[in-house]
Amino acid sequence: MKFAIQINEGPYQHQATDTAYHFTKSALEKGHEVSRVFFYHDGVYNSSRITTPPQDDRHIVNRWAELAEAHSLDMVVCVAAAQRRGVVDDGEAERNGKDATNIHPAFRISGLGQLIEAAVEADRLMVFGD
Amino acid sequence: MSILHTVNKSPFEKNSLDECLTHSTDGCAILLLEDGVYAAMQGTNVESAVKDAMASKKVYALGPDIKLRGLSTDRIIDGIEVVDFAGFVDLSESNDKVQAWL
Repeated sequence: MKFAIQINEGPYQHQATDTAYHFTKSALEKGHEVSRVFFYHDGVYNSSRITTPPQDDRHIVNRWAELAEAHSLDMVVCVAAAQRRGVVDDGEAERNGKDATNIHPAFRISGLGQLIEAAVEADRLMVFGD
Repeated sequence: MSILHTVNKSPFEKNSLDECLTHSTDGCAILLLEDGVYAAMQGTNVESAVKDAMASKKVYALGPDIKLRGLSTDRIIDGIEVVDFAGFVDLSESNDKVQAWL
């Protein structure tokens, strides 16, 4: 079965991104396909590569990145939500005249159409967050 | 057409559970997770609402989230089935749609 995942909540905020991670991991372990993970609203903060949690805490960003690498996950960050919150890749930095980037290379910034496409193409859209 | 409804908010903080119970139809499945698992416990003031719903709807609770909160599965309402993440995935597959009450 093909799942699409939507995450509306930031890391370390409450529990949604942890739930989404464990659900995604479990679905992949069961042999299901996860066609896209879409980070929306405060969920875009899950993609900041400069995130530095305490050493004894889970590293939510790296954890997603490792899962994505192991399973070739398409992890998409909403462009409008990212711009508002200062989540920037090379293209956005150039386009908006910013002096830095902070997105982890495991993620890509794109539009809301990617969420709609994922929802249409997947068998189930799972929404996590507030 | 069966729907899996997920409730991740405490019934003592948000009205997600109430909305879910009001709008969901007979024969559906409801999964309590994150702070939603508080609604699965015995002796709360939402216990009767949950029990009423269980007459026509199947209620599940996410075991890892019960444990994370220091709660015991021994104290959940009789008839609520405890599932793990693999069970959550199975429920998402076996129902036709999933509706998150956030």
